[in-house]
Amino acid sequence: MPMLTVTTRDGAVRDLGGQVGLSVMEAIRDGGIDELPAICGGCCSCATCHVYVDAADLALLPPMTEDEDDLLDGSPNRTDRSRLSCQIAVFDGLRVAIAPED
Amino acid sequence: MSVGPRRFDVLIVGAGHGGAQAAIALRQKGFGGSIAIVGDEVDPPYERPPLSKDYLAGDKPFDRILIRPAAFWAERSIELLLGRRVVRVDAEAHRVETEDGAVLGYGQLIWATGGSPRRLTCSGHDLPGIHGVRTRADVDAIMAELDGVTRVCIIGGGYIGLEAAAVLRKFGKQVTLLEAQDRVLARVAGGPLSAFYAAEHRAAGVDLRTGVTVDCVERGAGGGLAVRTADGGTYACEMVIVGIGIVPAVAPLLAAGAEGGNGVAVDAWCRTSLPDIFAIGDCAAQANRFAEDAPIRVESVQNANDQAMTVATLIATGDVAPHAALPWFWSNQYDLRLQTVGLSIGHDDAVVRGDMAARAFSIVYLKRGRVIALDCVNVTRDYVQGRKLVEQGASPPRERLADASVPLKELL
Repeated sequence: MPMLTVTTRDGAVRDLGGQVGLSVMEAIRDGGIDELPAICGGCCSCATCHVYVDAADLALLPPMTEDEDDLLDGSPNRTDRSRLSCQIAVFDGLRVAIAPED
Repeated sequence: MSVGPRRFDVLIVGAGHGGAQAAIALRQKGFGGSIAIVGDEVDPPYERPPLSKDYLAGDKPFDRILIRPAAFWAERSIELLLGRRVVRVDAEAHRVETEDGAVLGYGQLIWATGGSPRRLTCSGHDLPGIHGVRTRADVDAIMAELDGVTRVCIIGGGYIGLEAAAVLRKFGKQVTLLEAQDRVLARVAGGPLSAFYAAEHRAAGVDLRTGVTVDCVERGAGGGLAVRTADGGTYACEMVIVGIGIVPAVAPLLAAGAEGGNGVAVDAWCRTSLPDIFAIGDCAAQANRFAEDAPIRVESVQNANDQAMTVATLIATGDVAPHAALPWFWSNQYDLRLQTVGLSIGHDDAVVRGDMAARAFSIVYLKRGRVIALDCVNVTRDYVQGRKLVEQGASPPRERLADASVPLKELL
């Protein structure tokens, strides 16, 4: 089972197992972290599963679609490490931090 | 010594999006009292939008549409009382009664029951092979029968019916869709969007007919079904799917004396007229800032979530601004991603922006020159930037709105 490291909004760091084939959003939700509303359920229709990806991991991710890019543009908290966690698959060693609430 | 009924500090009736989110948010906000969710389905809270999309298509198993993993609820000390329907509310005694006769006491009650799918009332409405699309059980029943089905007749051209049609075409089924009004999506969108979706479904092979009312459903030849319409049509099929809206599930609350009718009336903090009883989600009628403060029910996940957050914050902290969240919604059909913001009801003008033929465009709805809503098809950028136009009630020049080369954020 791949391991995912998540930093929550209060700065706590949690290691989660994530099933292969699940999105990072699903792994965070299934890991008992409540901070992602993920209101659309992972179909890239909102921006409520916003995370910051560790700088070293960014290049390992598939590029974002135009839709993801546009949705992130609506967030005042966007940075160059922003991704929607429903759009990235879990892989071993991935480190993300939950972005602040918009 | 007598033992009274079980009592919860917060009792939530309804295990859908609103009920689940209310419980989650109460714990997030530090509420330490006892919480239970009573739900009439047997499953823990799950997402409903995929029922007519990914779940029906078989693209997502049930576990992946759970709002939280099954173990979550016990970990957060949220008791799930599933497979039980609340049939009576005694507001004075702060008690509810379930269909099986159990009595539950509460400190505060959050009514989040949503609605029941409106059923056909005509002759033959209860024949086997006729399905709604509201619960996991509904969709499991559809999926279990699909192998033996060649022809499906969908009654209702709202989002549920259209999404189901898209999935069933993908499965290669022959799909007929009958809509009583003169266009699909008549209740929720403007004419241009209706025309676009009707054309898309016809191009995908759906036999889509508008202005057609159903007279009855009969047993057809060879064990199938036949839908007969008022204009003399007969549509033979093996399955009928009914998507003609919901009826808010508020009878026990109204019987208990709550104000309401089409839904239960709530104030800006989702409080009903009864003490210590809140109502949220599809079943709650609330003055909506984005509908000129008309009291309306908004049937969406966004609305259920936002109202749940309002109530949970009020209960947990006693301090919250009135609910005034911007409505938004989505629908996925074929390769079309529709994103809606605002409420288009009551618009007096609709500006098409972009190229409908290229299947990437937005419709901007105006009322007295102000932007009140957008329907964006395959243009997420307009959806994101258009939100602010709706929030601010902006009134940009019409010709600038119609020019897709002008970003909406420049029109604030």
